[in-house]
Amino acid sequence: MSVIAPVDPAAAVARTRAHPSPAETLVQTFSMAWRALKKMRRNPEQFFDVTIQPLLFTAMFAYIFGGAISGSVKDYLPLMIPGIVAQTVLTTCMATGVQLREDMDKGVFDRFKSLPIARIAPLAGPMVADVVRYLIAASLTFLTGIVMGYRPGGGVLGVLAAIVLAIFTGWSMAWIFTWIGTIARTARSVQGFSMMILFPLTFLSNAFVPVETLPGWLQTFVKVNPVSHLVSATRDLANHSTVSAEVGWTVLAGLVVIGVFAPLSVRSYRRHL
Amino acid sequence: MKPGSFTVTAVTNSSNHTAVHAAGLVKTFGDFRAVDGIDLEVHRGEIFGVLGPNGAGKTTMLRMLATLLSIDAGQASIFGVDVAREPHRVRQLVGVTGQYASVDDDLTATENLWLFGRLQGLRPADARATATMLLGQFGLEEAADRPLAQFSGGMRRRLDLAASLITRPPLIFLDEPTTGLDPRTRGQMWDTIRGLVTDGCTVLLTTQYLDEADQLADRIAVIDRGRKVAQGTPDELKESVGDSTLQLQLDDGADQALARDIVRSVVGIDPVLTPESGRMNVALDVADRAADVLIGLRQAGVGIVSVSVAKPTLDEVFLALTGHDTGQAEEPAVEVPA
Repeated sequence: MSVIAPVDPAAAVARTRAHPSPAETLVQTFSMAWRALKKMRRNPEQFFDVTIQPLLFTAMFAYIFGGAISGSVKDYLPLMIPGIVAQTVLTTCMATGVQLREDMDKGVFDRFKSLPIARIAPLAGPMVADVVRYLIAASLTFLTGIVMGYRPGGGVLGVLAAIVLAIFTGWSMAWIFTWIGTIARTARSVQGFSMMILFPLTFLSNAFVPVETLPGWLQTFVKVNPVSHLVSATRDLANHSTVSAEVGWTVLAGLVVIGVFAPLSVRSYRRHL
Repeated sequence: MKPGSFTVTAVTNSSNHTAVHAAGLVKTFGDFRAVDGIDLEVHRGEIFGVLGPNGAGKTTMLRMLATLLSIDAGQASIFGVDVAREPHRVRQLVGVTGQYASVDDDLTATENLWLFGRLQGLRPADARATATMLLGQFGLEEAADRPLAQFSGGMRRRLDLAASLITRPPLIFLDEPTTGLDPRTRGQMWDTIRGLVTDGCTVLLTTQYLDEADQLADRIAVIDRGRKVAQGTPDELKESVGDSTLQLQLDDGADQALARDIVRSVVGIDPVLTPESGRMNVALDVADRAADVLIGLRQAGVGIVSVSVAKPTLDEVFLALTGHDTGQAEEPAVEVPA
């Protein structure tokens, strides 16, 4: 079939290594990210949630709640835009889990499993590619707000910092949904389960309403809800250009989530074998 | 077989001639023992066929050896490397081509091979060169940049096999490589598989077709209900059932006992008779003897509705080896009305 030297099993065995090196893991993760980006480009409907949701929700929420909560749409925007950023980024995370589940059911995942690659690469690769989606979601939300009259007090730097924080939080929270993706049996159940987590988290926060208007018992939950911290941190950055303690709490929460759910995801992915 | 006995060292007691060594492999799904204590010894440089009907445990066994399923009991090694203990090493030695083409539908053929090359440590330029070379070798260069949705079944299988060869692994697993392919494409696939061995590879393949195992394999193991029921060369296997089979449909009023006696006196062995349907199968060492049987029946006045002479089917091999059939409807042989 070919004129190259015949395959030598003994030499092949001698070449094998017991574990992938960190450098190999990185190359493999980025190769999987390349695959995910190719797929995104070929299936543009994957961008629906990160484009339409910021446009639709920003306009809708601003005109519905603006007058009631802040007296006017314009006064509501500084309160609401960071809320929408958090909400959109979390919804985008959910899609990560659903898509992973769909992907894992395909034949090509059999090959990924049979290849000598780090087990985390097929999970982390799509998440690296998803940074693009978080970037679009967060930027578009700010842009829609600005078009509607939002003038962030934090200036360009404040908004950019808020976007970076949103991307980081989105990326770390996505590990929760990746884990759900590896334990759920179908993509549909990932969706259902994720919604159950997402809705209470985003709405039982300070994303859309001032906390003081809530009953006391609910305030307690809202104050510990990590989404509230993300929203507050985003407000501090975008509106005041201040790196507050909220930013620290948000980053810490993100790191804890990665530390817990990345190993859980890899373990559950391995067990799928 | 020593169930539960594990070797402590990574390199197990297999010799330098062994590619795959498995002892007492077991896989259970709930109460169902999909693989129930299989021993296997595949020599380097051979094509080893695992033959059995759907659900016999062939694929499960292959997936265990390929590190895709955990091993519940028993031990397996690939070129002396323990499968359960060092899966990452084993994955570097085995190319797996699954029953359903494991390639990415959203990528083109070139992109698929490029990705698999990159994942296995090839530099971007090398990955591209290897992809181009393999696509040429497998006659896919014209389809290189087409989306896979436009690929035929045969093209997808070829691409799948090409993807398994990127790093030129010394051992290739092929899970039913030609199931669902048309005869011409199947023949091309067979040539490709033979080519792998010329290249120095060892091939372990599963198949439902006796014909395929016969054409390709140096040695065959027959698997049934998770157990190995026979092993040998294709010739040895076929000798157990005869070279061909005479299938007779006796007339409703025919004397079945008389028919059986006549067959026994002519060819020297008992036919397999199904009294309810009046079907009678006669294993023949040479197809010529069919005429003798027919003449004998005619002279005794045993009426026949239809006659056919066929190669032994997997069903008959099974019947001979296990005493029960495969539980699958075999494609009927071309029948000659009598």
